Amino acid sequence: MTIADTLRAEAAKRILVKDGPYGTAIQGLGLTEADYRGELALPMDQKGNNDLLNLTRPDAIAGVCDQYIAAGAVILATNTFNANRISQADYGAEHLVGDINRAAARITRGCADRATAADGLPRFVAGSLGPTNKTLSLSPRVSDPGYREVDFDGVKAVYREQIDALVEGGVDIILIETVFDTLNAKAAAFAAAEAGEALGRELPVMLSMTLTDLSGRNLSGQTVEAFWHSIRHVKPLSVGLNCSFGATELRPYVTALARAADTLIQVYPNAGLPNDLGAYDEAPETTGGLVGGWADEGLINIIGGCCGTTPAHIAAMARAVAGKTPRVVPIETPALRLSGLEAFSFAA
Amino acid sequence: MQPEPSAIASFINIGERTNVTGSAAFKKLILGGDYAAAVEVARNQVENGAQIIDVNMDEGLLDSEFAMVTFLKLIAAEPDIARVPVMVDSSKWSVIEAGLKCLAGKGIVNSISLKEGEAPFLESARKVMRYGAAAVVMAFDEKGQADTAQRKVEICERAYKLLTGIGFEPADIIFDPNIFAVATGIEEHNSYGNDFIAATAEIRRRCPHAHISGGVSNLSFSFRGNEPVRRAMHSVFLLHAIRAGMDMGIVNAGQLDVYDAIPEELREACEDVVLNRRDDATDRLLAIADKYRGDGKAIEKATDEWRLLPVSKRLEHALVKGLDSFVVEDTEEARLLAFNSGGRPIDVIEGPLMDGMNVVGDLFGQGKMFLPQVVKSARVMKKAVAHLLPYIEAEKSAGSSSKGKIVMATVKGDVHDIGKNIVGVVLQCNNFEVVDLGVMVPFQTILKAANDEGADMIGLSGLITPSLDEMVTVAAEMQRAGMTMPLLIGGATTSRVHTALRIAPAYAGPVIHVLDASRAVGVAGTMVSDTLKDELVAATAREYEDIRVKRANSGQSALVSLEAARANAYTPDFAAYPPIRPAFTGVQVVDDVTVADLIPYIDWTPFFQAWELAGQYPAILTDKIVGESASNLFADAQKMLGQIVAENWLTPRAVVAIWPARREGDDIVVFEGDNRAEELARFPFLRQQIAKREGRPNSCLADFISPDGDWLGGFAVTAGDGIEAHLARFKAQHDDYQDILLKALADRLAEAFAEFLHERVRRTIWGYETGPQQSNDDLIRERYKGIRPAPGYPACPEHSLKAILFDLMQTTDRTGITLTESFAMLPTASVSGFYFAHPEASYFGVARIGRDQLADYADRRGISLEQAETWCRPNLD
Repeated sequence: MTIADTLRAEAAKRILVKDGPYGTAIQGLGLTEADYRGELALPMDQKGNNDLLNLTRPDAIAGVCDQYIAAGAVILATNTFNANRISQADYGAEHLVGDINRAAARITRGCADRATAADGLPRFVAGSLGPTNKTLSLSPRVSDPGYREVDFDGVKAVYREQIDALVEGGVDIILIETVFDTLNAKAAAFAAAEAGEALGRELPVMLSMTLTDLSGRNLSGQTVEAFWHSIRHVKPLSVGLNCSFGATELRPYVTALARAADTLIQVYPNAGLPNDLGAYDEAPETTGGLVGGWADEGLINIIGGCCGTTPAHIAAMARAVAGKTPRVVPIETPALRLSGLEAFSFAA
Repeated sequence: MQPEPSAIASFINIGERTNVTGSAAFKKLILGGDYAAAVEVARNQVENGAQIIDVNMDEGLLDSEFAMVTFLKLIAAEPDIARVPVMVDSSKWSVIEAGLKCLAGKGIVNSISLKEGEAPFLESARKVMRYGAAAVVMAFDEKGQADTAQRKVEICERAYKLLTGIGFEPADIIFDPNIFAVATGIEEHNSYGNDFIAATAEIRRRCPHAHISGGVSNLSFSFRGNEPVRRAMHSVFLLHAIRAGMDMGIVNAGQLDVYDAIPEELREACEDVVLNRRDDATDRLLAIADKYRGDGKAIEKATDEWRLLPVSKRLEHALVKGLDSFVVEDTEEARLLAFNSGGRPIDVIEGPLMDGMNVVGDLFGQGKMFLPQVVKSARVMKKAVAHLLPYIEAEKSAGSSSKGKIVMATVKGDVHDIGKNIVGVVLQCNNFEVVDLGVMVPFQTILKAANDEGADMIGLSGLITPSLDEMVTVAAEMQRAGMTMPLLIGGATTSRVHTALRIAPAYAGPVIHVLDASRAVGVAGTMVSDTLKDELVAATAREYEDIRVKRANSGQSALVSLEAARANAYTPDFAAYPPIRPAFTGVQVVDDVTVADLIPYIDWTPFFQAWELAGQYPAILTDKIVGESASNLFADAQKMLGQIVAENWLTPRAVVAIWPARREGDDIVVFEGDNRAEELARFPFLRQQIAKREGRPNSCLADFISPDGDWLGGFAVTAGDGIEAHLARFKAQHDDYQDILLKALADRLAEAFAEFLHERVRRTIWGYETGPQQSNDDLIRERYKGIRPAPGYPACPEHSLKAILFDLMQTTDRTGITLTESFAMLPTASVSGFYFAHPEASYFGVARIGRDQLADYADRRGISLEQAETWCRPNLD
């Protein structure tokens, strides 16, 4: 059985729990620039370069991962959201991309394998690919809408470098998350397909879109249904939504996606909306109650947390979905499914 | 209307104005590097209804890759254009691949073929899959382009097998079996039309889920310069090709005629040519072709005379007539005129535009104009104001001249807003500033907006009965917040009585029920008048107090006990009419129905009611007073229906179920199997409790189901799937008229679907009705056996039954219809209910029930008394 088959089999039995964010957890550790930098000779201030901690404070990253495992998470993402050449260039650390990803994958792999050895429960390591801070669909220059800072092949190569290192470090799955530009995600999925081809096996992909405002579209302007049509060719193991807003605001879009997609649905919302000070203060029980409601409605297969959620939130969500029936993946009728910013379906 | 709605309904039109090989104008722009104007061509095309746009930059003088990429990046930045999928069209793979790298959405590659053999074909196909696109596959192989039907079929089937063999989705394959010119004078070309049509039918049969496309204008190439003949040929060809299964194509809407409107002589001659029906077909068409040359465009002139009037009169004319084609340029002219004489942009609004709207308001007030026209006028006004707004803001001129500000909302749990939107438009026409909060608005938002905006009053709307309670909540919260502004109540289920009895007592400020849109202006105007307000408030308060006093002194009819009511139940003759075993039991999805199928089932009378035009259809069209207005509205409705059909705006979706059932008391229990052992669910119904005359029963829907074994049906239909995109478009264009028109039509289509489905249930799914088909009029008058009562309507007024029904049929998964917390259905153009087959089943109203039945119902429904009180509120007073 391939990893994808194992995950599908587990997901048929129960709603699977994914971990929470590294950013929020790391913030809580109160690390100094010296912690970040470690022994590395880097030109710029490294404080805030969370991905670098995989090299300099592996103990701290493993600690976060273990907390999520203890909370009940079985899908564990690597701490590599910004571990790509484009984002690391901001820290002058782009030459470390391979090392960071390999180290991150090994840390998470180690935590997962130790936990599985102890209790026999299968766990899955997902290599996290963030959106980078450059977009393929939008121009950063207001007066020049046709301009792009990056191109498809360039972004694809950036992702390929990261994917190869993550696979080397032992990830099972590639998680393309916080997709604000669908074309970036398509480039990432393309890179994953090529990487799988080079490996001689299928490299399963999970995709997670993020909405920029309550109109229910991502930054490049697509609705959730249009997004699904755009990436369905990847045959992702799961598709879903993360970040965006809290569970309350996400609900209609989760419903729409759950209706449209013939694959597993995974959602990891923020802990509500940020308060006036920009902090998230939704209580774990509240988040748990909201996602428990989704489970009751049969909307979800995989649940986890994004900005502001903590191991306590993950534990509350795990309790809320325990014993509840996972969503049944619908069978889609054949149709020509296209998209621009909006979805277009046409059955023959 | 298109000639064959049922056929056209499933046809996708691809826009080709952005194709340098198909449009000389576009080619000129691209060669000249004028990409900004080229983008406008794309925008125009999407605005005119193209569902997919074809982009082609194959031109010897161009760097095609650069042009393709530049253009695709530019249109990606235009949400109005980028909303539709793109067809990347080139004969060069490198251009196609460069294009694919710019598409965030899923587009179509045009095209790939077996021209260079299988290996390159499959290599391209694999790349198409990896980029995530569909593909047009030309009927072209190593030997060349397919001309005969047999070659077309052979090549397409071979390509289909190769593609599906590598995992290409069958539904992502679009075959182009080549449309060639006919009537060229070369005999071998005569059968090209027929070849395409015959091949289309056979390819559809052999290649399931694949589509057929083609470029239609090739066909008439030999008649270049004679547009009427070309249009007729295209229309005739399409009719037959679509019937054979062609479902996509590059067709310029301007290159088509309505089939039935083509003169018979020309149509026959074209049909002979296209279908190769006689040897002298070409000669005969040539012989008559010259007669039809010319474009018959002279007629329009007279109607343009108003364009010669001074600008203020032109604006008035445009407003009164609801014409929006010149309004922006006229507004601009008026603005410049004001500017040159030292005036300000706001003067245009306060001067000519308001003068025009005053004329509209007067005519409406005098009953000489009707709502549809007023809404059109408002559209013109909105466009004019939208044009002026940037200038006004640039000037930072404060001080609006509005009469007053009203915050309007459809309350929490309710999604219906046609009425609210109409009132909003009418108020805006009368110079009120309307802050429309939309639908499903919680009281917090309403109160906050009213305070933040410094509103003069709040208007609440709702259609379903639970909204009445929510309105009481809003009133109570306004009281709690210490507000004093007037509260206006409107919407189909609201009433003066309910407002007097329940809403007004909750709020110390003025509360006024507004019967319809035509009264809204008067009431709102009075509420902002220092002199008239107190008088109306006092009069209304007295009136409501009277209602309360009368009610307290019990004008209500007496109730009997629940026990007595049950003893007086209706007893159908089950011996004479035993339950009929359905042909089908279980749940089934109905997904084979198109909007075109539903049109004959539309009951138009309520459509006119929605626009506050009173009268029966079709007599209303010739009514002395509202006839003209109704006819114009009807014509606009027909036009939009044509678009809905031709461009697939709405997808009807439905689910229907029939379960083995049994009556148990006032409950109907439905079961999994025919042995009625495994209970699926229980529907508790309410019984009439008003004291009846001798011989009249106290009915309950459960009475129509046999306690000894029977069947109950359920259904949910929607005609609103897909509506949001179009509503959003109309909103963006400030076009309330089209917005309301589409919603009203979708509502009618949902009702038509319910009628259509009920017929199918009676005739086939359940199958208890035989004999000849009934006319639409008979259907509307319900001259058939059996009923389909809907939760929330008089026979089963309690909305929450929808929740049980929805669960049981997995309605949301299967149709996309969802329920709000108050059990309103979304999309709003949806209907759900039950089927009762017994010939004696009839509609009735439950009306008022007693506390004893309320307690009994709470018990049967498994809810608290308090919850039951909320849900049954409308039947308790």
